[in-house]
Amino acid sequence: MIEISKVTKAYGEAVVVNDVSLSLPARGITSIIGPNGAGKSTLLSMVSRLMPMDRGRVMVDGLDVATTPGDVLARRLSILRQDNSVSSRLTVRDLVTFGRYPYSKGRPTVEDRGHVEQAIAYLGLEKLADRFLDELSGGQRQRAFVAMVLCQDTDYVLLDEPLNNLDMKHAVTMMKLLRRAVDELGKTVVLVLHDINFASCYSDHIVAMKDGKVVHQGAPDVLVRPDVLKDIYDLDIAVEEVGGRRIGIYYF
Amino acid sequence: MKGLVAAALLLAVLALTSVFVGVGDVSFGTLFGQEASGQAQQLLLVSRIPRTLAIVLAGMSMAVAGMIMQMLTRNRFVEPSTAGTAESASLGILAVTLLAPELPVFVKMLVASVFALAGTALFLRILRAVPLRSILIVPLIGIMLGGVISAITTFIAYRFDLLQSLNAWMTGDFSGVLRGRYELLWLSFALTVVAYTAAHRFTVAGMGEDFTTNLGLNYKAVLRLGLVIVSLVTAAVVVTVGMIPFLGLIVPNVVSMVMGDNMRRSLPWVALLGAALVLACDIAGRLIRYPYEIPIGTTMGVVGSALFLYLLLRKRRQLG
Repeated sequence: MIEISKVTKAYGEAVVVNDVSLSLPARGITSIIGPNGAGKSTLLSMVSRLMPMDRGRVMVDGLDVATTPGDVLARRLSILRQDNSVSSRLTVRDLVTFGRYPYSKGRPTVEDRGHVEQAIAYLGLEKLADRFLDELSGGQRQRAFVAMVLCQDTDYVLLDEPLNNLDMKHAVTMMKLLRRAVDELGKTVVLVLHDINFASCYSDHIVAMKDGKVVHQGAPDVLVRPDVLKDIYDLDIAVEEVGGRRIGIYYF
Repeated sequence: MKGLVAAALLLAVLALTSVFVGVGDVSFGTLFGQEASGQAQQLLLVSRIPRTLAIVLAGMSMAVAGMIMQMLTRNRFVEPSTAGTAESASLGILAVTLLAPELPVFVKMLVASVFALAGTALFLRILRAVPLRSILIVPLIGIMLGGVISAITTFIAYRFDLLQSLNAWMTGDFSGVLRGRYELLWLSFALTVVAYTAAHRFTVAGMGEDFTTNLGLNYKAVLRLGLVIVSLVTAAVVVTVGMIPFLGLIVPNVVSMVMGDNMRRSLPWVALLGAALVLACDIAGRLIRYPYEIPIGTTMGVVGSALFLYLLLRKRRQLG
């Protein structure tokens, strides 16, 4: 379980995350949604200790992220941010192998190699495994990064807009893959998502943020309702039920 | 692995050539043959072998230092001579020469490396304050900072009549290398070995602070380790043979193009090719105006700037 208590982050005058307390259940997909500038990414960065918080505390499975040694945390929790401007010329396989770094410290064992090949296969990157990152398209690179994070094999996987740059097919594949990781391996996945319909179809729990605060949270059928969405996005969103899923329609 | 063996062989051939090129008559004949004289052996042991070793050690460590800097700044065009590191080291040597000239050369080197560290840290601090970090702005800032530091150095040297000594540190030259005057370079070789053992950490740091933290490494600690290695290596090389420009830039870039940036794999290549390039330039410098010599700083400067321009323009094409 991730327990966030009274976390605040401000840049000068602008308070980006304002006194947020939240507890995210273990084993399941939690999606964080909300308009631009709501503080979703900042919150995720603080939970994953990439960014220090001004006030508050985050506990992951009872470990305080601010004080737990980095390599201990790296075996519990992994994070992928959205803008990964990696300029290194690494092959996909090298990159994914670095996901094992918290365990092998650079000397991958046979078991590590197995994890690497498995992660590459999970994301359908077999044919690209020996290509350099700078020779891939944005979507292929995004999949390679996700493969690295999965290869890290942590109980908690935090992904900031993992569907960035992915086409429809790969976006759906990615969400199904995350769902499988939760159902079969018991992972806890926390996502920042822009597409409310992906959030609706695949999440167990949705957290909605606005202006640095959590404004709504709950199961998809509680969250994906016209009145709630109107409150979050300030937009009229019709909600239809398709195949038992609630789909928001906001294109016109 | 085969390629590495071939590169090592090339290096060995160049090293042998370097041992036998020079004004004094050193050949198999004068060493072991009928007319063998103690003079040739003396020349070999006191001058030729130390010189060749110095070139190999300096070439290896400076090329690797350049690669480390490129990983840590995540910019292909940064190396000790485009980040104010080398210039700061010269300022350090000048300072210690003026204030405490009787100190042993090892201590002078340590002082120089403290200056180099401070100069590089200043460079990184300026970078953090610059909002627009385009790939070309970064080395430009470093070159400007280096210009300012070397202007200060030159002014002080001019006031104290030390311009000639200053020139010795600023322009790399192996002609003065004799037994007993180059051994400091073994320290930079040792640091290169340390860099190899930490290669994975530098590769991870090259992916950025967030990736490094995610993988459980302390980014700042990796950065510090890298900067200490780079500063000590630069100081040792500047103190013993002077600045070798562009070396740390060209070799890592060429290797990266072919092999990528996984440092555990590419570092041996960078080290071998760095040594080979300096050897080739030094041999050329000894032959072009035979029996006179052109210092390595000049030959490397010419070869290096041409290759640097090529790399820059090539990059531009890729970016545009």
